[in-house]
Amino acid sequence: MASLTANAPVEPSGPRPKRIGPGRYGVYAFLIISALFFLIPLYVMIVTSLKPMDEIRMGNLFALPGSPSFDAWIKAWSQACTGLNCNGIHVGMLNSIKILIPSVILSIAVGSVTGYALSFWRPKGANILFAILLLGAFIPYQVFLYPLVRILSMVSLYNSIPGVVFVHTIFGLPLMTLLFRNFYAGIPIDLFKAARVDGGGFWAIFLRLMLPLSTPIIVVAAILQITGIWNDFLFGLIFAGRENFPMTVQLNNVVNSSFGEKEYNVNMAATILTALVPLFVYFVSGRWFVRGIASGAVKG
Amino acid sequence: MATVSIRDLEIEFGNLKVLRNLDLEIEQGEFIVLLGPSGCGKSTLLNAVAGLLDVSAGQIWIGGKNVTWEEPKNRGIGMVFQSYALYPRMTVTGNLSFGLKMAKVPKDEIDKRVARAAKILQIEPLLDRRPAELSGGQRQRVAIGRALVRDVDVFLFDEPLSNLDAKLRTELRVELKRLHQGLGSTMIYVTHDQIEALTLADRVAVMNGGVIQQLASPKEIYRRPVNRFVAGFVGSPSMNFIDGRLSVEGGVASFELANGKRIDLAGYEFEKPPEHGRPATLGIRPEQVDLEQRDPSSRPIPVNLTLLEPMGADSLVWGDVGGTTFSVRIDGDAHVQTPSATDAFFQPAYASIFDLASGQRL
Repeated sequence: MASLTANAPVEPSGPRPKRIGPGRYGVYAFLIISALFFLIPLYVMIVTSLKPMDEIRMGNLFALPGSPSFDAWIKAWSQACTGLNCNGIHVGMLNSIKILIPSVILSIAVGSVTGYALSFWRPKGANILFAILLLGAFIPYQVFLYPLVRILSMVSLYNSIPGVVFVHTIFGLPLMTLLFRNFYAGIPIDLFKAARVDGGGFWAIFLRLMLPLSTPIIVVAAILQITGIWNDFLFGLIFAGRENFPMTVQLNNVVNSSFGEKEYNVNMAATILTALVPLFVYFVSGRWFVRGIASGAVKG
Repeated sequence: MATVSIRDLEIEFGNLKVLRNLDLEIEQGEFIVLLGPSGCGKSTLLNAVAGLLDVSAGQIWIGGKNVTWEEPKNRGIGMVFQSYALYPRMTVTGNLSFGLKMAKVPKDEIDKRVARAAKILQIEPLLDRRPAELSGGQRQRVAIGRALVRDVDVFLFDEPLSNLDAKLRTELRVELKRLHQGLGSTMIYVTHDQIEALTLADRVAVMNGGVIQQLASPKEIYRRPVNRFVAGFVGSPSMNFIDGRLSVEGGVASFELANGKRIDLAGYEFEKPPEHGRPATLGIRPEQVDLEQRDPSSRPIPVNLTLLEPMGADSLVWGDVGGTTFSVRIDGDAHVQTPSATDAFFQPAYASIFDLASGQRL
């Protein structure tokens, strides 16, 4: 024990706290197992897609490909047969993009305006309206399908891209409204009052004041809508029409075509191709996504 | 510049009546302070004048025009908020010019007015900054500037200094007063801080429970509060209240303490002739009591002193009179023995007497 002199720095006394305890090992074990749970299927898919059919028939699911080749990927992209057409799934990808872009933009545009109106302007019956809107989100989609088909065919939008965009916008509305309403509820009401005193109207306040503040929630909304609409199968199948089937529907057709031998490598490649967009969105936006979720909690 | 007239105003939120039959006439160029505890309806009244709330009944007139159902922008008002409410994504210039752009004022006129307001408020070096890069005091100046550029007739302030630290608050208070003198605009100012109310106002409206309790000059409010609420709310520390009853013998009024001791009230101006035996409350401000008799008209009141609180320039002595808390403000250098029993002296002319039951001034 060193005695304290006037100039010596004072050291903390007592044992140093242990940094890594058994609890920590448990957490790591859990995390590793969870990661493997999700990564192993992906590994199998990638490995299989790079193998020729001869290798796949040998049944070594986890083995690395003996002679890796991208033939299956090329076939999936441009030659795989969906029903009678053998143009690959790139047609579906184009369709999906044509559906995705207007649907995402429209649903966010409409949802942000309704959320803004409900949280700041509070028209009479706003709460009831909002409750009904939310209720709509909980009713199973199947209930709406037939009436929607009738409505769309009446206005000649059935079996067209605008038709399916319309459906995506409508069904995105409850979630988008909820998202934006809650975000705007976190913005001090004084800001809105000040803008009103300054002479701002409904659109001026929205476009000049609220929208520039909404970047985080727009990113969150975009992520939700892009992944949701890209992965959609049902609406695309029913409302888009044969010419405009999105990628998910075409993938299903590729995988389920039942003449000859199942081409597992082509199916795997097509599946990964279909999953690329959501995968890309998650990788690029992971940080933004968390920021968007947390943004309500901390005052700017 | 404009008069503001509020006639029989009533505001309810659901079943809750926040304002009841409220009348208020504000003269051109007057500085009115609405003072009251939280929940008294003062901010509600201000929001109603601004047009941010729907009125249930009654009318609001600004500058001789009935604006009860007019949009905020058409009322000729500017508003300054406690939270500043600056537009976060705009620079100071953007904040100042937003209202003018909305009103489609030509570009060169906007520049001129922004420059003028920036000069008056001494925020010229800050014009390109964003609100996040400003201090609290600077933000509040910009918020005031936002009303200033629009050449409004009536300024509405909703507790504008409450978020600032004590030193800045004092500085900005003085600046606000100077601004008012320079502009001559009508100003309505909401606060719960009585110092702000007494220093800034031409007239103070003390509010409680959605009703204006007293509307008078700061001096009048301080000297002659109309009821016990106003007396207790204005002044720090609060006025001392001692319960007892009035006694009138041979035309001479005195106040009888619970223990039967009588205090001569010669010099007190009654609102109406006092009645013998009426239960009453004697109110004396701590700063109007002394522990020595300095004036022949002072009357003694027996008090037990228990605690001394030095506050620099002066000290507070706490004690009780017949069980009720009593405080005396004395010179900071004076020496007082605590605990001790002694006589405190006050001049009846500066005291207040309230009816015990109704709380009204007698």
